Amino acid sequence: MKSLRSVGIIGTGSYVPERKVTNFDMEKIVDTSDEWIRTRTGIGARHFAADDETTSDMAAKAALKAMEAANVTADEIDLIIVGTLTPDMLLPSTACLVQDKIGANGSAAFDLETACSGFIYAMEVGRNFVATGMYNKVLVIGAEKLSSFLDFEDRATCVLFGDGAGAAVLGPVEDGKGILSSELGADGSKGMVLKIDAGGCKMPASEQTLKDRLHYITMDGSEVFKFAVRIMGSASLNVVEKAGLTLDDINFLVPHQANMRIISAAAKKLNLPLEKVQINLTEYGNMSAASVPVALDQAIREGKIKEGDKTVLVGFGGGLTWGACVIQW
Amino acid sequence: MFDKVKEIILEQLGLDEDTVVTPETSLMNDLKADSLDAVEIIMAFEDEFDIEIPDSEAENFKNIGDIVAYIESKTA
Ligand SMILES: CC(C)(COP(=O)(O)OP(=O)(O)OC[C@H]1O[C@@H](n2cnc3c(N)ncnc32)[C@H](O)[C@@H]1OP(=O)(O)O)[C@@H](O)C(=O)NCCC(=O)NCCS
Repeated sequence: MKSLRSVGIIGTGSYVPERKVTNFDMEKIVDTSDEWIRTRTGIGARHFAADDETTSDMAAKAALKAMEAANVTADEIDLIIVGTLTPDMLLPSTACLVQDKIGANGSAAFDLETACSGFIYAMEVGRNFVATGMYNKVLVIGAEKLSSFLDFEDRATCVLFGDGAGAAVLGPVEDGKGILSSELGADGSKGMVLKIDAGGCKMPASEQTLKDRLHYITMDGSEVFKFAVRIMGSASLNVVEKAGLTLDDINFLVPHQANMRIISAAAKKLNLPLEKVQINLTEYGNMSAASVPVALDQAIREGKIKEGDKTVLVGFGGGLTWGACVIQW
Repeated sequence: MFDKVKEIILEQLGLDEDTVVTPETSLMNDLKADSLDAVEIIMAFEDEFDIEIPDSEAENFKNIGDIVAYIESKTA
């Protein structure tokens, strides 16, 4: 058997739409308050895409920035994986639309749906294609236009989410660098705590589903909260151990951005002060699969992640699903 | 049991050790915990005592005495 290649991130990029909607703006839409949203979640604002701007538009913008940072041209891309739960259409896949928009005509392309863990899952799938030598450059993207699936009459969910996209180019790296260890997981028995009921074959769109508002995200917040606090801590610790490292080796954490209290609990498990954690939910809310790659891109561009650092990425989401990895830069 | 429960609650809420806590104390009304603090405290009990506390039960707790009684019934 051929030995596996080391695989790492060779460039990142992100795009968040212009339209910023603050908690005060949300107060005008639903019965809520800046104070409630901030104390419960840490969210101060979110950005919503323009009406004619889609998930693939945002994904393509993030992808081009990642390719520029990686110094990779469109014809070098072998595979595009888009993690999203808010595709432009049910068919074709968002990845195919992105392929066309960035001109990566020679690549394979598919979507993957693990909700907010989408980017970490996509990275792990992409890594395996590069590790085996089947592909050299894989473009992984987390992109969402959640605003199209939010019920603006349900204050318990609509204040939490925002739109955006983040991307990374994966490629072979020096041995001992790149993704050192990872964990993916799922618990389908808890699938119903975070869902969009209608629009699939179980409940196709009908006048009734529209009337019953079944095309929007619904959530059992406290169940998701409990799951998230536990899994973010345990998955992070597992990948550190699998990499043969101790907590002292970890310099930085890039967590999914659902709730500040969930992030704090994870940081505590890793013994990291909040200065060593990338936090963007204050400005962007929860962008589902886009949260982790946007946060990662920001951390790199802000110089918070440096050569030689070891970073943990961790996320959780509907499914329920979770994923984590350790990256050596 | 009461002392252990009290210790966990004060730690979770980041309150001083000599905060007055009696079985009649209410988490939300007296200690100003919000709904997420309550979830975190319940999780801490679940981890500490290795039990499961469903939301349907947790909703019935009026004060710390109720919590202690519930945990005692589960761990007895
Ligand atoms: C969503 C979340 C912040 C809600 O917090 P919570 O403490 O569980 O809130 P509850 O649903 O128990 O609601 C508490 C009260 O606040 C109210 N409330 C809910 N949303 C509100 C809002 N936006 N503004 C004001 N009040 C609100 C509720 O109606 C409820 O009032 P009541 O007690 O009078 O009925 C929290 O559960 C959470 O973050 N969960 C994880 C969600 C998540 O991560 N999802 C994404 C997964 S990728």
